[in-house]
Amino acid sequence: MTQEDTAAPEFDYGLFSYDSKEQMLEKSKEFWNPGKTQFWIDSGVPLVIDRREEYFIYDMSGKRLIDAHLNGGTYNLGHRNPEVVQAVTMAMQHFDIGNHHFPSLARTALAEALIKTAPAGLSKVIYGSGGGEAIDIALKTARHATQKRKIVSIIKAYHGHTGLAVGTGDDRFSKLFLSDRPEEFPHVPFNDLEAMEDALRDRDVAAVIMETIPATYGFPLPNPGYLEAVKKLCEKYDALYIADEVQTGLMRTGELWGITKHGITPDILVTGKGISGGLYPIAAVLATEKAAGWLNEDGFGHISTFGGAELGCIAALKTLEICSREETRSMVHYIADYVGQRLAAVQATYPDWFVGIRQNGVILGLEFAHPQGAKYVMRHLYENGVWAIFSTLDPRVLQYKPGILLKPEVAEEMLDRTELAIGKAYAEIRNERRSA
Amino acid sequence: MSEMTFEPLMVEPAGVPRGRAMVERADWAARAYAKYDIATVNRIIDAAASALATRAQEFARDAVSETGFGVVEHKVLKNIACSTGIVETYRGQDFVSPEIDEVNKIVAIPRPAGVILALTPSTNPVATVSFKIILALMTRNSIIISPHPMAKKVCVAAAKAMAEAAVAAGAPDGIIQIVEDPSIPLINALMTDERTDVIVATGGTPVVRSAYRSGNPAIGVGPGNVPVLVDATADLAKAAVRIIESKAFDNSILCTNESVVIAEEAIADKLLAAFTREGAYVLKDEERDAVRNTVFPEGHFNIKMVGKDATWIAEQAGIKVPAKTRVLVAPFDLVVPEEPLAHEKLCPVLGFVRVPTATRGIDIARAILRITGAGHSAAIHSSNPELIMMFSAAVPVLRVSVNVGNSLGASGIQTNLAPTMTIGTGFAGRSSVGENLQPKHLINYTRLAYNADAREVMPSFAGLNPWASPTGPVPSYPVASNEENYGAGNSYSHREPITQDVAELRDEIRKLIVEELHALIKN
Repeated sequence: MTQEDTAAPEFDYGLFSYDSKEQMLEKSKEFWNPGKTQFWIDSGVPLVIDRREEYFIYDMSGKRLIDAHLNGGTYNLGHRNPEVVQAVTMAMQHFDIGNHHFPSLARTALAEALIKTAPAGLSKVIYGSGGGEAIDIALKTARHATQKRKIVSIIKAYHGHTGLAVGTGDDRFSKLFLSDRPEEFPHVPFNDLEAMEDALRDRDVAAVIMETIPATYGFPLPNPGYLEAVKKLCEKYDALYIADEVQTGLMRTGELWGITKHGITPDILVTGKGISGGLYPIAAVLATEKAAGWLNEDGFGHISTFGGAELGCIAALKTLEICSREETRSMVHYIADYVGQRLAAVQATYPDWFVGIRQNGVILGLEFAHPQGAKYVMRHLYENGVWAIFSTLDPRVLQYKPGILLKPEVAEEMLDRTELAIGKAYAEIRNERRSA
Repeated sequence: MSEMTFEPLMVEPAGVPRGRAMVERADWAARAYAKYDIATVNRIIDAAASALATRAQEFARDAVSETGFGVVEHKVLKNIACSTGIVETYRGQDFVSPEIDEVNKIVAIPRPAGVILALTPSTNPVATVSFKIILALMTRNSIIISPHPMAKKVCVAAAKAMAEAAVAAGAPDGIIQIVEDPSIPLINALMTDERTDVIVATGGTPVVRSAYRSGNPAIGVGPGNVPVLVDATADLAKAAVRIIESKAFDNSILCTNESVVIAEEAIADKLLAAFTREGAYVLKDEERDAVRNTVFPEGHFNIKMVGKDATWIAEQAGIKVPAKTRVLVAPFDLVVPEEPLAHEKLCPVLGFVRVPTATRGIDIARAILRITGAGHSAAIHSSNPELIMMFSAAVPVLRVSVNVGNSLGASGIQTNLAPTMTIGTGFAGRSSVGENLQPKHLINYTRLAYNADAREVMPSFAGLNPWASPTGPVPSYPVASNEENYGAGNSYSHREPITQDVAELRDEIRKLIVEELHALIKN
């Protein structure tokens, strides 16, 4: 802000300011990401998140939204969770990012806490600065342990956009950057055990990587017994099982790690997003002693300046503690029960439109009877004060992810708004069909 | 090393965030429980009460050893009276189902408070915990207990036993919670949390006052300081038995224990002789002074004396008393604030004042209550209804025990008052409740009222019940929606209650309780 300015800018954030939301969006296109900025304007969701607290986000216009997207669980504990804020603020009086070359106070403490709450058998922790890097670490770790190169993932999987991780996902993200490597990264259909066995049969696979519930694909649920059978196949064909728990961990399924509900001890488990408390980026790979052999062979094998930044470790320690509480687990069960009941009632009102509920705890995929159905619902939700996102890889399905500390009255309000939005989206689709 | 010290700033005291999480969980549980029907509620109450009663002995022993005061056998009785006893007292009463008043065309639907925060004392730790839990369960509230730090271990064990039994009988998860490590900041956080619907505070005056200051609805009770008038028309032998039994009960730990006996001069010596026959020791002047200095060093009550045996107190004062002494009687002349013996004494030391006439005795009773204990209780032993009426009208208390020990009289165990561990002291005692705390204090009613015009007829509401019994655990376990048992239990419907085994066990326990209560009352 210059001295000549007489009127204070409407949006003053201290180090920077904007005169208006329009100006901000223009600059966003000019200096940041024109494609993404325009996409949301065109989608009827011109959201620029300003104020944020608990499970509420506020657009620059002041419009309040209940966050049922949580950025894939990043805001699992709500925005700026006071306990995490306090922990990180406090830690800043003593810690910084730390030095990745040396043994570290906070990294060690978090590693111990993670191992103590993880499925039995996991015994070592390797840090990344984000989920993608953590996935790359997991894949490299599996390759080292098995001395094999192939990684099997499912069609429409999403494990991140970094070098190796992007290969496990949908072509949509790899081909753009000429990064698809089908010979190293075979993809098999989800819930298809025969295809999985075919992919593993030659014993040339280092690991199968599975999201416990594939998020970006719209949370299709693994058939009962599917993951368990995949784990058995891994054992049979000497491949490691990597559980991507980025979206299913941290109590979102009603247990700290979703994979434990299947009785599976993975060889490697990856956590990201929510473990940051939404405040300081961090991700972690948990591995069994056997899988993590490279840590003994060459401790400098993977280097990451920001991986396991000590401030992030503090955020993660507090987050893990909150997620592990008996009270939190109980609340998630209540929230899941309540949301499930309410949505079932909405579904009964619109059986031809709202055709499916995929639920495991507070992870939900809502299926609509239109190829782009979730985009309609998303827009009406936005208009009616809820933020939830369509599934990129299956836009019929809306990702609906309530927070694990949601208060009953906010849950009620969220469902009231959701019910209305689903009805309005249906009306819009019917009108389109009628006028078509 | 010192410059390397980790310096935390603006830290919220440990346990406070956890406390908030408990309130949040309680909120969910309360919402679920508020939809339960009477059959399920009764099943839950029975289960929770039995869980406490069957371990009454163990909890009594643990309470005495943890706090260092009270009498095990008396605590056993209180534990039973405040668990299965309370359940029996209210058996058949319904704080759940709608009540229909056809004449006035009004239907009253019980509406629970929601989340109860219960502060419990060290003196009657388990009995109060159990009492408040049972009342909360009867009225479909969820409850968070903050026990007195001196008694936290036994209270946690007792509350957890009741919580497990309640949930096993179908109660929502988290309906009973207890703070394991109470602290002042944590209690303040719980009291001021806007999700706390009502605070029920039993304890010292500071705790009660801060409950009222919290900004949340509160039911707090003040301290006692019980005057007992014995006039010339009293049956002295019976009066002596009752007063000494009551004063000795749990070593005077109940707030309803007798503080000062006011005796008409004409019968004072006879009464003292009768006290002596019942195991009291009447202190001589210099002995009295020694006891006063021991119990009230420098004029302030020594909490080490709480609930201690009379012989132990005598020993501390350097006095020899017979080994079987249960109560020390301390005669003194003037009831004024600077006389320590005129204050509340939570130990078996009984003040004794002579008055020329019974009417003068009423003034003395008022003087005692000016010091402390207004709104609480008083007792009178007399066969003169006129005097009893005068006494009761003049003395600022809300219950007067007549010809009965006050410890168990005012608390409704040896009278027909509502049995309670929480004595409402009303306006005189700066409280919102004047009765013994009972279930009705923890609910409101929604009253649907028809047009009074006779032409507007109220249809029959008989048999209409908005409440139901859960079909499984509440909340249901979050299994994936493509699994068979998805949603099991997450709908409410009527179902047949209790198995044969449970019913038999309940009958057996009920018999046991009735017998024990009979024995207690006979004593």
